[in-house]
Amino acid sequence: MSTTTPPTTPSTLRRALRQRRFTVGLAITLVVVVFAVVAPFLAPFGENEVAGPPFSKEGLLGTDYLGQDVLTRLMYGGEAILLISVLGTLLGMVLGILIGVVAAYAGGWWDEIIMRLNDVTLAFPQILLALVVLTAVEQPTAWIIVVLVGVSHAPRVARVSRGVALGIVSRDFVVAAEALGERRSRVILAEVLPNMTTPLLAEAGLRLTYSIGLVAALGFLGFSTDPGAANWGQMINENRLALSTQGWAVLAPVLVIAIFTVGTNLMADGIAQLAQRGGDR
Amino acid sequence: MTLVATLPDPLQDVAPPRNRSGAAAWMYWLVRRIGLAVLTLWFVSILVFLATAALGDPVRAILGRDYDASPGRVAALEDQLNVDQPLVQRYFSWLGGLLTGDPGTSLASQQPVAELISDNVLNTLVLVLLSAVVMIPVAFAIAMVSAHYRRRRGDTVIQTVLLTLAGLPEFVIGVLLVALFSTTVFKLLPAVTISSPTGNPWDSPDAMVLPVATLVLAVAPYVSRIVRSTLLDVLDSDYVELARLKGIPESVVMRKHALLNAIVPGIQVIALQLAWLAGGVVVVETLFSYPGVGLQLVDSVRNHDVPMVQVLSMIIAAVYVVVNLVADLLSILLTPRSRTAISS
Repeated sequence: MSTTTPPTTPSTLRRALRQRRFTVGLAITLVVVVFAVVAPFLAPFGENEVAGPPFSKEGLLGTDYLGQDVLTRLMYGGEAILLISVLGTLLGMVLGILIGVVAAYAGGWWDEIIMRLNDVTLAFPQILLALVVLTAVEQPTAWIIVVLVGVSHAPRVARVSRGVALGIVSRDFVVAAEALGERRSRVILAEVLPNMTTPLLAEAGLRLTYSIGLVAALGFLGFSTDPGAANWGQMINENRLALSTQGWAVLAPVLVIAIFTVGTNLMADGIAQLAQRGGDR
Repeated sequence: MTLVATLPDPLQDVAPPRNRSGAAAWMYWLVRRIGLAVLTLWFVSILVFLATAALGDPVRAILGRDYDASPGRVAALEDQLNVDQPLVQRYFSWLGGLLTGDPGTSLASQQPVAELISDNVLNTLVLVLLSAVVMIPVAFAIAMVSAHYRRRRGDTVIQTVLLTLAGLPEFVIGVLLVALFSTTVFKLLPAVTISSPTGNPWDSPDAMVLPVATLVLAVAPYVSRIVRSTLLDVLDSDYVELARLKGIPESVVMRKHALLNAIVPGIQVIALQLAWLAGGVVVVETLFSYPGVGLQLVDSVRNHDVPMVQVLSMIIAAVYVVVNLVADLLSILLTPRSRTAISS
């Protein structure tokens, strides 16, 4: 896609890297990702290995309600959240961009109907949509949660991308491409979308932040894909009662989630500032 | 909007017309807007019903491993959920019950849903309203301080803190507050709401502090950031410049010129955040065991209690729709330009 951007302006990524807020966010995010990825190699114990008596002070961060090592659980607990939130965000972005750009490009009645239906799904707080569907599901699988996260993001992404696309579909180069008789799908893919990358990247960063919060919240509420596997949200729930005696069992996952969301949010905000300043909207 | 009306006389435009046609235009706008809200809720009800009754198999989810072992309970549950009827018929009898105030019987406790939830609805409303009452002045005050120090260190610090808070999930804020104020660092406030079946949660006010504080911290950053950016726009405008040149003190400029103009965008974002609170209470109430709609919803989802989930999610969606309606109405009433646009 970089071939379609004019050669005079550097790519979004390169401009973002010159910005302090973005680079700090990126660094924080990468540290957390690496921390989660190296779990199978560096964790002191196995994922479900008993390291000592429950809620004891053994090991760096002590043990949890089953006597498993908290540091080990913390390292293993990121993988599921990371994968599900990234996939869910991708799905939500693709669905949302598709809905928003088609609505903006089609205009008229289609626009009206699509956006009205969109408003209906907006009436659901994101976590509510997930909970309503999970009512009739015995044990959620990772894919169900990915789809729920994606679908609950889609209407919000659609609203943003429609707004951005509205400013582009009436510009001269789009009209010119239509006049040349190019197919509609090609006009959208080759002319409209490449000019939306910066605001959409900012939106993706924001959505990723919310995805992490949403997936962790579902784990916290007790809806996780595998009750035995480590999961940051679930760890908070499992060890809640020991907050005053073995605080690390709860505070460690809370702090990791906090650091991670702060990182992704800083990244998103850095890109958003580019979108406001840079003239490629 | 039909734009057949001729351009109004500029003198008439100054005062909002109080004749009958103006009132009729208002009624038309209100009826249309309420109609849209009702339509939205109707679609929401379809969505809720399909998600709970048609996507999965509630009977299998409720019984779990007992599904194959006890055909008698399967039959009893299928009978209670009317699984044998066609989906459309089930939907309309459910919708009819919802509208006539008889939303069915809870599967978990076998009591009428309406009886089970009425107290919790009140508790949640109190929690959300209390949070809003605390949040709105706090958010505006932070925004004013931040705008006052713009392009200086104070503003940068405040904005960084707000950005950090805005990214944190609400249960992270909640757990950190609990660790700070009730279990680990200080031991000042209770960590959970102890609810007695007869009393109300606000009978012990100190138990309300942490839930309210969590919700305020989760929501105020967004409101503050929007209000600040509106304030900055106004402070850079020509009429503020003129006011300053006339020698009006900066504090009066901030209060009279900037703040009043930031109220309408403020209302929009507050409405959005209040509606968001309707979902945020789910997590916060669970964290603090606060006996509200959110806690009840999570319990019902865990028990696969389909009738309860349906009603509770409709209530939360209804709160969202009503809050948005009120916000639209308020922002039109407070903006002279859109007021005249409707009545003319």
